[in-house]
Amino acid sequence: MMATTRALGAVAAEPLSPSARRRRIRQAVITAVIGIPVLVFMVAALVDNPRLFLTTLLNGLTLASLYFLVASGFTLVFGLMRNVNLAHGSLYLLGAYLGWVVGDATGSWLMAVATGFLSTALLGLILQVAVFRFMQGQDLRQTMVTIGISIVLADLMLWAFGGEVYIFDPPEWMYGSTKLPVVMAYSTFRLLLFVSSVVIGILLWLFLNRTRVGMMIRAGVDDRTMLSASGVNVQLIFAITFAIGAGMAGFAGVVGGTALSIAPGEDTRYLLASLMVVIVGGMGSVPGAAVGALLIGMAEQFGIAYAPTYGIVFTFVIMVLTLALRPQGLMGR
Amino acid sequence: MADWRKAMNSGARRASGGVDGRALMREASAQRVRDAAVVQLRRDGGSAAMKPAATSATVGTTSLARSAAAPMGSSRLLGLAGRHWLVLAVLLLYPWAATPFFTFQIAGQALTLGIIALSLAFLAGYGGMVSLAQMTIAGFTGYGVAIFGTSSVSAISLGWPWWLAVLVAIFLATIFATFIGWLSVRTEGIYTIMITLAIGVAFYYLVQQNYTIFNGFQGFSGVNPPKVFGIAWHDPMPYYYLALACALAAYGFVKYLIRSPFGIALQGIRDNARRMNSLGFNVTAHRIAAHMVAGFIAAVGGVLLVWYNTLITPGIVGTTSVINILIIAVLGGMGHPIGAFIGSIVFVLLQNFAIDLVDRERFNLVIGGVFLLIVLFSPDGLLGLYRRLRQRIQRGTKAGAGASPTPSRGGHGH
Repeated sequence: MMATTRALGAVAAEPLSPSARRRRIRQAVITAVIGIPVLVFMVAALVDNPRLFLTTLLNGLTLASLYFLVASGFTLVFGLMRNVNLAHGSLYLLGAYLGWVVGDATGSWLMAVATGFLSTALLGLILQVAVFRFMQGQDLRQTMVTIGISIVLADLMLWAFGGEVYIFDPPEWMYGSTKLPVVMAYSTFRLLLFVSSVVIGILLWLFLNRTRVGMMIRAGVDDRTMLSASGVNVQLIFAITFAIGAGMAGFAGVVGGTALSIAPGEDTRYLLASLMVVIVGGMGSVPGAAVGALLIGMAEQFGIAYAPTYGIVFTFVIMVLTLALRPQGLMGR
Repeated sequence: MADWRKAMNSGARRASGGVDGRALMREASAQRVRDAAVVQLRRDGGSAAMKPAATSATVGTTSLARSAAAPMGSSRLLGLAGRHWLVLAVLLLYPWAATPFFTFQIAGQALTLGIIALSLAFLAGYGGMVSLAQMTIAGFTGYGVAIFGTSSVSAISLGWPWWLAVLVAIFLATIFATFIGWLSVRTEGIYTIMITLAIGVAFYYLVQQNYTIFNGFQGFSGVNPPKVFGIAWHDPMPYYYLALACALAAYGFVKYLIRSPFGIALQGIRDNARRMNSLGFNVTAHRIAAHMVAGFIAAVGGVLLVWYNTLITPGIVGTTSVINILIIAVLGGMGHPIGAFIGSIVFVLLQNFAIDLVDRERFNLVIGGVFLLIVLFSPDGLLGLYRRLRQRIQRGTKAGAGASPTPSRGGHGH
């Protein structure tokens, strides 16, 4: 994406070739066709009922933060190992349940968060080392294994925790509401969730772009064979990535479970969200996950607020448009 | 170019069409023939005069010679081997021997799910595209039948005559499947599974949320099969024969299709899309067409499914059911169309009787575990397991007799 903008900036000075001009016209038309209705809707909604609009916007941001936390792990694992981890939603739910158990026993919410991250990271590590390592290059088989794992995990969790809805008990200062201009009051925790997701996004970016391991992961996303040929222990990198990706899912489970709630069926919901975010944002790209999460989260919340029974259609339309216009995803290469 | 293609196509078809007994091996040998044919054509500088017979002759390797010699069994009637007639007779007589429970809940359901799984097996086994949206297409058809035809939700159902409702539903579902195909072939390989799963789950959420068209959580009940020729088609025996007729038709259709030029080209695309593209085949069009055909089969299965259940709800198109179809196809093995039905029989039996062994609620644990075992230890399903077992036995006997170790297909089984 950055490359395109730079390229466009460079050619702007000199006369455009016909094909480049045609491409730019096409881009402008697409932007107008999609952008103008969205803009009109936003202005109309803002004038009509600013409070509803802004609350929906904040809800959209909350959901987008959550989706980003879940999907960034998914996209990393997919980008590096070509492993479509369809058990990612189950890891989310598992992290949430285990975090709840520990949080309930110790009375510490931070312990719950740590448990959510560490337990699923450990499970991810075990899965990578004990199962997926032996199926390198067999994309479909790995995916099938993750489907099997998700079925088994979902049923085990239903067995252990039943169908009840669980709610976390975070520290007092997190749980109140914050006064905001137009919206009146908004849940502090949700605002914190947004902030923390931005912080985690930046940390992840720094990890991937500024550390040695992150560099290896990015190199692996681009070309696994070359990476291993240049003497890097690819299996170690894979294991680290899978652990981080799974851990992010578990972490998001506890955080998301606190912002909303945990119940059976959430695994499917977050799996769908991860799939959509990654398809829209581009496979294997963390910035793509951020953009995709923002789009999908907003679409879902605005759908629920303004067209309740067709909410999912908006998400679906975004996916279809992305696949039609840019099959590799907005930030994909 | 066109002549190359024709020669290659018919050459491969001849070679593969001749082999009837062991389809799994046929695929392999067809591929070998194709590869050889391509190589041969290249070496000859693409001499257009090359006839199919010449193609087979020039590539008359040992494997091809064997495959051409093997199928001409003596006990053939109407092109079917003796064991086919045996299976057919058993299938036709089965409901007279079985209880209504076994006729309807076991066999009827297995045939219905088998048709839907067959559509996936065709798509995945011969097109190399694993779509998780086949159950969604079936459910879409079911919703179509309920909405256009009659159901107990008279506020939404339009009450058209059953045949019109069924035709329109199948037609729309096929278009829907083509659209899914068009979407999912825009990216390669494993992405298909992600996109189709996303579509499937999105459809589930849509029918669950939407009350104006899909009647939300309740869905539609009272979607009864019509009374045609004075027969109540929901009774065990009529339903069994209806499902059997559809299943046989779908099976025959797929068997025919995979030997047709289209099917051969599709298998070529599965094995090497780039090569097929450079040979002048439109890869994208073939893939979309495969989705369309599979969608049509799934739609027929969907009509049966809604008649079997006499209702359609979001649960029927939920994630579990969507994945169950994959489980059925993988369980049986996707190397041969019959795998879908073997898988569905095992699945339905497990569903009905595994609960005697474990807690009623824990069925998903059992089926998930079985699925994991199959994927981990026999990725080509029960068919693959059977084939390997037979190979081992054969090798054992051959080694005992001092014969040279040849791959599975001997002169046995005809």
